[in-house]
Amino acid sequence: MIQAIQNSLSAWWPEPLRLVLFLVGILAFVGLNAAYLVWVERKGAGRFQRRPGPTEVGYAGLLQPIADAAKLMSKQLIVPAGSDTTLFRIAPLLMMSPALMSLAVIPWGRNLAACNLNVGLLLIFAFGSINVMAIMLGGWSSRNKYAIISAARVVSQNVAYEIPMLLVVITMIMVTGTMNLTEIVTQQAGAFWHWNIFRLWINPLMPVTFLIFFTCMLAETNRAPFDMAEAESELVAGAYTEYSGMGFGVFFMAEYANILLGCALATVLFLGGWQSPIGHLLGNWQSTIDILLGVFWFFVKMYFLVFSVVWIRWTFPRTQFYGLLNLSWKILIPVSLVTLILSSAMMKLFHT
Amino acid sequence: MISKEAIISNGAPSETFVLNLGPQHPATHGVLRVKMTMDGEYIVRAEPVCGYIHRMQEKMGENRTYAQFLPNTSRIDYLSAMTYTHGFVGAVERALKLQVPPRAEYIRVITSELNRISSHLVWWGAFLLDLGGFTPLLYAFDDREKILDLLEGITGSRLTYSYFRIGGIYNDVDDSFIKGTRAFVTQMRPRLKMYRSLVTDNIILRKRLINIGPISKEMCRKYGATGPVIRGSGVPYDVRRVEPYSAYSEFDFLIPTFEETDSMARYMVRMEEMAQSLRIIEQALDKLPAGPVMAEKVPRVLKLPAGDYCYAVEAARGRFAVRIVSDGKEIPYRVKLRTPSLSNLSLFEEASAGMLLPDALALMGSLDLVIPDIDR
Repeated sequence: MIQAIQNSLSAWWPEPLRLVLFLVGILAFVGLNAAYLVWVERKGAGRFQRRPGPTEVGYAGLLQPIADAAKLMSKQLIVPAGSDTTLFRIAPLLMMSPALMSLAVIPWGRNLAACNLNVGLLLIFAFGSINVMAIMLGGWSSRNKYAIISAARVVSQNVAYEIPMLLVVITMIMVTGTMNLTEIVTQQAGAFWHWNIFRLWINPLMPVTFLIFFTCMLAETNRAPFDMAEAESELVAGAYTEYSGMGFGVFFMAEYANILLGCALATVLFLGGWQSPIGHLLGNWQSTIDILLGVFWFFVKMYFLVFSVVWIRWTFPRTQFYGLLNLSWKILIPVSLVTLILSSAMMKLFHT
Repeated sequence: MISKEAIISNGAPSETFVLNLGPQHPATHGVLRVKMTMDGEYIVRAEPVCGYIHRMQEKMGENRTYAQFLPNTSRIDYLSAMTYTHGFVGAVERALKLQVPPRAEYIRVITSELNRISSHLVWWGAFLLDLGGFTPLLYAFDDREKILDLLEGITGSRLTYSYFRIGGIYNDVDDSFIKGTRAFVTQMRPRLKMYRSLVTDNIILRKRLINIGPISKEMCRKYGATGPVIRGSGVPYDVRRVEPYSAYSEFDFLIPTFEETDSMARYMVRMEEMAQSLRIIEQALDKLPAGPVMAEKVPRVLKLPAGDYCYAVEAARGRFAVRIVSDGKEIPYRVKLRTPSLSNLSLFEEASAGMLLPDALALMGSLDLVIPDIDR
């Protein structure tokens, strides 16, 4: 029935209106999340550290992000003397926009993707590489030694972690046979053992693959323990040292938008996207329930991963830089190559 | 890890720049400035610049009476205020040949060791902060708070105690302090175990500290490094053992030393020292004698006989020695303070040469610098 309503709606609604709705929706979603993930982070950090976290502004500090945003917006945007003004101003936008654009292809629920592209996965990784450049430009143009060191670190870190991440993604493309994210999720329908992370009959190393993806995601988004870009006890604030006001604010939001994107992608690729973990029990009701609960399941999985990201940040110390590169080149890349070869061999031998 | 030489020989250009670390920088924990000549992320030369928080403590000693200078001693190294006061009152007592009652000596030991634990806890939290781990700091402060509450109960102060007086201590401890200290000792032991399993055994931490920043015995001797720094280089030098003062000769405790000489060794020395301090406190509480806490016949006006007096104590950061030169007046002719942090910092330039910036900062953190202690 809901399918019918949806069909009639899509027939009745002009395409531009749908796109505008999605655009506004994604912008609002990212904005709200960036703001409230900061709250989650601070509250979570507080709980991990046996203190209450923000409590003053609003109930349980819930208005804190708004106060923070008001503070950041009212601050002067200082452009340091001798910096490359244009690049300095563009860098935060370059960091933010790829994350927003990539979210367009994420299927939040059945038939709930702004743009159901056949090359969705490719688009995300194409745009994902841009934010490396954003941090590099930001660091380079601020004419600050700490920022430049940070920029150099970010480039080598992201190059090192892009490779195992893409190897994992190639494995996933091979297993699913498609780059369309909606299609990938549809293939994982049914109970939780149909999710890609548990598809051990295709590749017994699938959980390891997921771990590699998650680790690379942490490194790509510059989150602890891989937060080389803004290692505050070493590089003050890294590439963001010279940014003030909303220039810094946009970088900050973009960091959370990227975490959100990374976790959403991990959910789609490995954790069955909007699929319910007990989908097999629902029988014929499945499709109806999915539309109602799909977004719910998606959010449960995604926010669990987001919480893990926060959890990891407040648990571990920062890695050393060569330790980070060693991890990538000596462990993650060989292991991801092994999973790639193993799953291709398994597919050829048992699943042709 | 690829060596710098290998990178340069592979054709990468070698070009140095000066990175000005501090006086305001998150890793220096105060107003220390380090002028770093860098080659990429490698340190060619790191030159510490001191003096940003110089407060003329020694000069102040020269124009105050002995009793008036006493509160200053808590403010040199504010994290081990108790032991620093001990050094000063010890020197004056040695000059006056005052016999401090045993109860006072025992209480001095208990409070000094509590102070040492609280100082090491601050170091531990701040060091982990340097390494990018935020949470341990709050755990450390949780325990430190208990020590501060105990000390506040008897001294009325939480940081700069001025509890020791020339000839004894300011006031006797009460039952609630003794009960509270016993409770703290029993609480702290499992906490130390927890710190070990949560933090010390963490692979990231171990990778960041093991084989990083070696400081040889020779280098320690050359610069006069003491405390956990020299004990982390395998030299069992501890003032409490080599020149026993106060009541320390009556207790059974170990001097933890580690032969590895790296940052991890210095880390382990401090973690072990906390356990040993707990042992000392427990023994002192068991054996706490009754009696007065102030020497009889402490003169109202202190005039030290002309001469040169020195008294050394083992502070949390190493050997703190006070040298008083008296010409028989009410005001000392000279008060020389030998602070451990200055000596420990001075080896940084040699030890950090050729290191990567984050490793050098881990090394600096493992030296446990308190900047007012350097500049005095």
